[in-house]
Amino acid sequence: MVLDDPTTRPAPRSRARTDAPWQHDVEQDDLEHIGKPIRKVDARSKVSGLTRFADDLTLPRMLHMKLLRSTVAHAEIVHIDTRQAAALPGVKGVLTGKDLPIPFGILPVSQDEHALCPDRVRFVGDPVVAIAATEEETAWNACRLVEVEYRELRTIGGIHEAAANDEPRLHDYGVRGNIHRLENLEFGDLADGFAKADHVRQDTFFFEGNTHLPMEQHATLAHFDKDGKLTVWSSTQTPHYLHKALARTLHPLPAHHIRVIACPNGGGFGGKSDPFNHEIAAAKMSMLTGRPVKIALTREEVFWCHRGRHPVLMRAKVGVSKTGRITALDFHSYLDGGAYGSYGTASTFYTGALQTVTYAVDNYHFRGARFFTNKAPCGPKRGHGTPQPRFALEVQLDKIACDLGLDPARIRLDNLAPRDSLTANFLRIGSMGLGTCIEKVVAGSGWNTRRGKLGRQKNGRYRGLGLACSSYLSGAGLPIYWNGMPHSGVQLKLDRSGLVTAFCGSTDIGQGSDSVLGWIIGEVLGIDPLGIKVVTADTDLTPVDLGSYSSRVTVMTGNAAMQAAERARDIVADGVAAKLGVPAGRLVFAAERVFDSEDPAKGMTWQEAVCAAEAKSGTIGTVGSYSPPPSAAKFRGGGVGPSPSYSYSAAVVEVEVDAETGIYTVPKVWMAHDIGRALNAAVAMGQIEGSVYMGLGEAMMEEMAYRDRTHKGNRIFVHKIPSLLEYKSPTTLEMPEVVTYVVEDPDRNGPFGAKEVGQGPLLPMMPAVANAIFDAVGVRVDEVPVSFEKVFAALQAKQAGKEPRFGPANDATGVPAVDFGESLKIKTPWQGGDGTAWNEPKREKKAAK
Amino acid sequence: MPAVAGPAAQPHSRPFIRPGAPAIVLAPMTEPGKVLATFHVNGEPHEVAFPPHKTLLEVLREELNLTGTKHGCELGECGTCTVQVDGVPILSCLMLAVDAVGRPVQTVEGLADGPQLTELQHALADLGAAQCGYCTPGILMTAEALLRDNDRPTREQIRQCLAGNLCRCTGYLKIFEAVELAAARCRGEQAEPSKESIHGS
Repeated sequence: MVLDDPTTRPAPRSRARTDAPWQHDVEQDDLEHIGKPIRKVDARSKVSGLTRFADDLTLPRMLHMKLLRSTVAHAEIVHIDTRQAAALPGVKGVLTGKDLPIPFGILPVSQDEHALCPDRVRFVGDPVVAIAATEEETAWNACRLVEVEYRELRTIGGIHEAAANDEPRLHDYGVRGNIHRLENLEFGDLADGFAKADHVRQDTFFFEGNTHLPMEQHATLAHFDKDGKLTVWSSTQTPHYLHKALARTLHPLPAHHIRVIACPNGGGFGGKSDPFNHEIAAAKMSMLTGRPVKIALTREEVFWCHRGRHPVLMRAKVGVSKTGRITALDFHSYLDGGAYGSYGTASTFYTGALQTVTYAVDNYHFRGARFFTNKAPCGPKRGHGTPQPRFALEVQLDKIACDLGLDPARIRLDNLAPRDSLTANFLRIGSMGLGTCIEKVVAGSGWNTRRGKLGRQKNGRYRGLGLACSSYLSGAGLPIYWNGMPHSGVQLKLDRSGLVTAFCGSTDIGQGSDSVLGWIIGEVLGIDPLGIKVVTADTDLTPVDLGSYSSRVTVMTGNAAMQAAERARDIVADGVAAKLGVPAGRLVFAAERVFDSEDPAKGMTWQEAVCAAEAKSGTIGTVGSYSPPPSAAKFRGGGVGPSPSYSYSAAVVEVEVDAETGIYTVPKVWMAHDIGRALNAAVAMGQIEGSVYMGLGEAMMEEMAYRDRTHKGNRIFVHKIPSLLEYKSPTTLEMPEVVTYVVEDPDRNGPFGAKEVGQGPLLPMMPAVANAIFDAVGVRVDEVPVSFEKVFAALQAKQAGKEPRFGPANDATGVPAVDFGESLKIKTPWQGGDGTAWNEPKREKKAAK
Repeated sequence: MPAVAGPAAQPHSRPFIRPGAPAIVLAPMTEPGKVLATFHVNGEPHEVAFPPHKTLLEVLREELNLTGTKHGCELGECGTCTVQVDGVPILSCLMLAVDAVGRPVQTVEGLADGPQLTELQHALADLGAAQCGYCTPGILMTAEALLRDNDRPTREQIRQCLAGNLCRCTGYLKIFEAVELAAARCRGEQAEPSKESIHGS
């Protein structure tokens, strides 16, 4: 099919007001829509207040549901008395744990949550009772009438406590005591790698937890209709996984009687990726009462849902040659998982998976431990498990450059992981534009002339520059539950009116996935993307897409959409070819027309073409699906980390520090992001700027902080600041000037070469800020957030002649003593390894369903 | 401003006094705990029976089904519920509905002139400045008031103006650029976004 022959392309038709009226003179292949700043398919709704989020929906006779949540961090439930609550006028339904006895959880290996706690609560905020009433206030008032008798248990408050106390166990599964997961993977020959090193550094780092803080609070509307079918509208990023969890917990309601519709998410960032207790309870309540039931969480409850960034303690040992080439890396991570499993198994592996994708590490040992503690459960937040080790590694590389008198940019350029290669842990790298990214930010920021030389400014403050890099996945290579089915499916319906409708299970959380469908299909069929009808995230209507997580949608949904569109193009070409008497291979699809490349005047409109095809072939519908390439890693744990492609980012951050107080500002950021290809220029820019913003928040201020044991009274492990005001996030006033470079190194696995955009650039922000603080005032903060108090404490230490550093104890006492057992030993590709561990016991191979 | 009167002859009616404003009369309903009043929203009168402790946000969303106005905290912290009362941006989660009776209330639904979006709406759409779109109505209502008073706002003035509107998606930059673009277009200039803001440097 001739699509890209510029000599035969007609001039683009004049664009309507709904298209961007401008076209910059930037280098583009001959593509009509891809890469252009076309509006998103939902842009007009979103700027008109017409987008309907979950809490915007109402149904006749709808009840309002509230959850009574635990007020204690760890306790057995002795007795629940709901009689008074149930008797309150207006109350229509009351549920407790015994009504929903089947446990659930996002991962098959950790089905450890209940919609309502049956016998035990594990954190302040764990739900115990659900009450539905005709008015929201009545439901609240009824909750206050419930009497719950708790028998309090000793609490486990953090990583060190969990490692030291096997009892009381939070869960009766896991490795032992309160250790949820232990991973120990060794690639290559560590002893040899360290023996070859001229310089070895060992440091301890801590990354405090933080949360997604989506502007929209989670909400769910459930309706069990009179025909026995359940519909659940929810603010979820993963309607397919919610569908599975509902089918499990509402047994014996058949899965095909359950319909989940994911509403547009008012921000997700990973925080709406788990199936949640309130979603299941609302569904059950609707089944109990026979009426629609809605729950909208308060902002405080959103903090209890959490599933945000794990607090992670890390100890890293890096060996380098004189020139700074990494010879070995020994990395330990200790994760505070909170009260439940959630995505924690994957999170644990992710703290060790991507170290090798950015820089070549020939010999690599990763040990990771995840603990259960009596706090809100942690899970995936933008970057899932990788920002914490990235912070450690990037700060440590800065220290090594300092130790050896090398340029921190140079040391990174010299260590780049090669493109089209297999890493030590068998991750397959395709396109790799990190070198270009580093060069862009170095040139833009004047790094070579300004670093280390900015010093004291006229206002008495000190300026400095910091650099850091990162990589991130374009979707996880494996699904969350073991199966052999596609990760993403798209169906197209072509109508006699010329309308193309795309059906896909993917969920738009603001990143623009609905629009990705439109742009790609529009490009392949040569029609206006804004004219395509997109129907998404409805388990009754749309083929499965696994969800909007791990930056998977552009690549996976995009490829599925491309396949479906190419198949539709073939059917239409057949019909047009027959009608025009032109070989199908000579037809061009562009500008809403199908025409002969040798005689552009000979052709027909898109609508006429669809009719010709329907007349020839019958009703037109096509499907496309996508599964990622098989992973090269075959060892246990090798399922986390593989991806069709990896994005790359490099950042330079400039800070201005008041050396008296530690207060600092970030006036400017230079960010370069290799995304393969921008499917839409303006939207890609927005993703990158959003990442810079969110990374800056994590770097400077955001933390999920709990009252600890030093707190007097009974409010231990209560979140200190569950509000939008007190949980500090950057406002317009903190947002720096950002110079963005979109680096396009097309990847063969992506639609039009596209890779991930928008998670990767968050990662380098935290280490770049820490490194810039060092450049400005010569102190190290080895903890995130790099808050003003910590900079101040490090400055104080420097003044007192102590180590100019703030962070966890920088020796073995900084991390808990954990027996990781024997490592799985995996030979690297260059040692002749085949991706298996040579000392791993044989596993029963499960057949894919 | 017309005072909104319930049926004054009803025996239970009582005046509601707002400082500096004419007294309005709220009529209690036969259902206990509710009052009847007329709101003027987007230029149209709406008679609503509602409990007098309800906020303007609750009345707009739950009684009038004007769900374009969002909630993020219901504590006056995030700015997503911003509407205009008497042309001034206010947080509708902090204003009692009774306080808005008899005053013109403008919500995001009333911004566009029929199908014709405002320049600010166009600019936000052009630049992808509404990602998830949840904070967008509040941003629109705040920035629209700024542009009415100031047709050439500086970047710093835009920052200050929007400092009470949190957005977690965009990093605010595309929003700033959209306000500047809309301001220029409102002045009649043939303004386009800069190449850097669309394609990067």
